[in-house]
Amino acid sequence: MAASLEARVGPLALPSPAMLASGILGISTRVFGRLLDAGAGAVVTKSLSVEAWEGYANPTVIGAPGGGWLNAVGLSNPGAAEFARMLRAEPAVPAIVSLVGSEPGDFARMVAEFGGCNVIAYELNLSCPHVARVGLEVGDDISLVESIVRATRAASGVPVMAKVGLGTANYLDTVGAAAAGGADAITAINTVRAMAIDAEAARPTLSNAFGGLSGAPIKPVALRCVYEIASRHDIPVIGCGGVSTWEDAVEFVLAGACAVQVGSALAGGNMGVFGEINAGILRYMERKGHKSVQEMVGLAKK
Amino acid sequence: MPKSDIPSARTVLSVADETPTVRTLEFEDAALARAEPGQFAMVWVPGAGELPMSVMVSDIAGRAAFTVRTHGPSSRALYGVREGGIIGVRGPYGNSFDAKTDSALLVGGGTGLVPLMRLITRLPAGARIGLAMGSRTADEVLFEGRARALAEKREIRIEVATDDGSRGVAGTAVDAARLLLDSGRYAAAYTCGPEPMMAALVGEAAARGVPAQASVERVMKCGVGICGSCCMDDRLVCCDGTVFGGDYLASSADFGRAWRSKSGAAVPF
Ligand SMILES: Cc1cc2nc3c(=O)[nH]c(=O)nc-3n(C[C@H](O)[C@H](O)[C@H](O)COP(=O)(O)O)c2cc1C
Ligand code: FES
Repeated sequence: MAASLEARVGPLALPSPAMLASGILGISTRVFGRLLDAGAGAVVTKSLSVEAWEGYANPTVIGAPGGGWLNAVGLSNPGAAEFARMLRAEPAVPAIVSLVGSEPGDFARMVAEFGGCNVIAYELNLSCPHVARVGLEVGDDISLVESIVRATRAASGVPVMAKVGLGTANYLDTVGAAAAGGADAITAINTVRAMAIDAEAARPTLSNAFGGLSGAPIKPVALRCVYEIASRHDIPVIGCGGVSTWEDAVEFVLAGACAVQVGSALAGGNMGVFGEINAGILRYMERKGHKSVQEMVGLAKK
Repeated sequence: MPKSDIPSARTVLSVADETPTVRTLEFEDAALARAEPGQFAMVWVPGAGELPMSVMVSDIAGRAAFTVRTHGPSSRALYGVREGGIIGVRGPYGNSFDAKTDSALLVGGGTGLVPLMRLITRLPAGARIGLAMGSRTADEVLFEGRARALAEKREIRIEVATDDGSRGVAGTAVDAARLLLDSGRYAAAYTCGPEPMMAALVGEAAARGVPAQASVERVMKCGVGICGSCCMDDRLVCCDGTVFGGDYLASSADFGRAWRSKSGAAVPF
């Protein structure tokens, strides 16, 4: 039997383990189709809220000194109902829908909007580091996390993933609360809270001053988190943070991830990154004699 | 010269009024000085915003420029930057016009003429140039002398249109372009400006068998293919564009019809 790229995220089967991360090219179902054709195992939408949000003023995304990107987009999105309308018009495009909100009722209400859409899972954004009262501020509130996951799980007929990041609480406690609430998987991590100051202008560059660091510089941090979560909790983990090559993807799997997400590596129109990651993983599996992605999960810990 | 994704501080070296609402700001930047026509930069006005700007030519080596109309909050701030002021630039980003033709019809509305000025500098030495320019009023006519100067020894024929008919043809740049298109003297059409105008031009050119290219504008946050705000169909205007060919544009569901607002919602033109 030849090696297979199929990835399993709890109950979810994906054709390949590298998916599109939330907030990256995440507002167009037509672009999703192109990314799936390019080899993405799945696409995650921009995080959607109950109401449409404009987000922050530019500069919202800039290169970071030392590599990677800084962003404070401010969770701009057209709102869950409007996005559901777009998804419903494109039934051939399966999507993992990312949701952001402040309380359990927000999430249950949004899930109800997606009737008739090809939604294969929900991802709860408990980790955006630059918007008040949502994202990481929710992820830091351990009891709220459990009730939000429970409410979404009850409303949803498809798997629910909780996306955690590095806030003020111990993120391993956030993972525990999400698992207790019935999460089917954990995505780790989101961007890491950061900023840039321009010396000539003598002020912060991002309009929101604070944003999140993504890309290659955060990969070692994300890898450590995946390894820790997989060591402490019995729940599928999706690795996210700085994945740009097949080696990165393999390292996350060896650390304990059953799949990975790719964000910043798409910069410069690099949609071919999915095909390169897939081909590289396959070559690695053949060289090492692995038949499935699943059998490689967590091997670095054994 | 590698492009930079980090906003780099540049001192504005000169400011020139082009019309009562349009100014050109020059600065030194080796990479932007060499930008191709259709490429853009993300321009930061510290404390006031960042916006995509097509890169304007300068007559001075090593310099580039932006030509901005005061309009929204960020463009008003850029318009207000004085000589000696600091802006941050990153780029250049995007693809560019294919300038290989012996006879080019350039059709620009308002500050959409900026990439067409750079295009003139890239057209072959013997090329014949037609330029149709649209503006709101006679006062707002832009770059007429500049275009003649950049054309140097090449033949250039200019037709002007104004919305209010105060100069030239009453109508858009397309109405001026028709006069030149009907001469049958131009083998390729290039356009930049308001999208409904460009959509009309692409149609008029196709009807006469003239291949067209258009430089498209969308809301841009990242400029580098990460955020998705610039999507048009399954394309990203910031890195698959800004320049697209007429055949694709004619088949596009979005071109001339809808763009995405800051929230990502589709908005009809
Ligand atoms: C411009 C931008 C927007 C993002 N928007 C979201 C979002 O809406 N929801 C979310 O959960 N994560 C968002 N993220 C975080 C990414 O999904 C990802 O967790 C992070 O960028 C790390 O992965 P990377 O290094 O591969 O980019 C965003 C990241 C960037 C760069
Ligand atoms: S402006 Fe962000 S993808 Fe084009």
